[in-house]
Amino acid sequence: MHIAVADYLLELVQNAFEANSERTHLLLEETTETITVKVADTGKGMSTEVKAKALDPFSTEEGKHPNRKVGLGLSFLHQATEIANGALHVQSEEGVGTTVTATFDSTSIDSPPIGDLVSTFMTLLAHPKAERLVIDRKKGEDEYTLDRQELIGVLGDLELVGNLHLLKAYIASQEAALN
Amino acid sequence: MAKMTLEELRRLREEKQEALEKRSIEGKDFRIIIGMGTCGIAAGAKETLDSFLKVLDEEKIKHVAITQTGCMGLCHVEPTVEVILPDMPSVIYGNVNADVARKIVEEHIVGKRLVTDHMYDRPAVDIITGGGGK
Repeated sequence: MHIAVADYLLELVQNAFEANSERTHLLLEETTETITVKVADTGKGMSTEVKAKALDPFSTEEGKHPNRKVGLGLSFLHQATEIANGALHVQSEEGVGTTVTATFDSTSIDSPPIGDLVSTFMTLLAHPKAERLVIDRKKGEDEYTLDRQELIGVLGDLELVGNLHLLKAYIASQEAALN
Repeated sequence: MAKMTLEELRRLREEKQEALEKRSIEGKDFRIIIGMGTCGIAAGAKETLDSFLKVLDEEKIKHVAITQTGCMGLCHVEPTVEVILPDMPSVIYGNVNADVARKIVEEHIVGKRLVTDHMYDRPAVDIITGGGGK
């Protein structure tokens, strides 16, 4: 079980990468009442049959875990949204892509903490399977955008330790400027 | 902290150009691969990555690539980390929390000695003696 919203969104975006998404968009929006996470990808999408099993913790993509039948990512998220008066919606079309939207009631005592977004965003932007990734972060009236292509244009290789440090400092400054 | 612009980030990058010389994957001297599957995330793999970044910075080691992969099949000892160095065997370490990450940098990467009490794969278990390869 994950602890924070950041852990769930890390998992969701990784799912998009593993579905061979060429363009992935992550939205994380916080208001005084709600936390919304939305991940839209242009990956391979899911058939009706696969989608029906997407929330089953004993089902996973064929070949991902040889000899094991577990797929806990979406199942954990489903459980977390339900206990926090939230909801999870999965919209998918085979060959087109998938959009997963999760909401949490911020006022619920069972709502997970946001977690370490700076490290999470850095991890996603540096992910070897990421193609085009845009992260929109909104908090109240404030917002910022992280565009992977733009950041690669400025920093170069995002796997190198020195560049990761700069990337982290950049994201931290954006996050700190939110009210 | 003032909000940094992309232009300021570009200038910072240029200031550190020498230290951050862009290399191809093949040209990178060291590689650290962190397992970021569901199991790794739940066990704190992000904190492990942060710790590697921090310690490598303290040791002024810049020519390292840090990358991610999914579950390595060792869920019971997450977070797991593979370390690839020239002239050293590739090793998968398990239970790599922030302190162990520091130990791996100091002993494996700097000292060129394997951290045997956290080795879980490669070299094979049957050739490890003295407490390694659990």
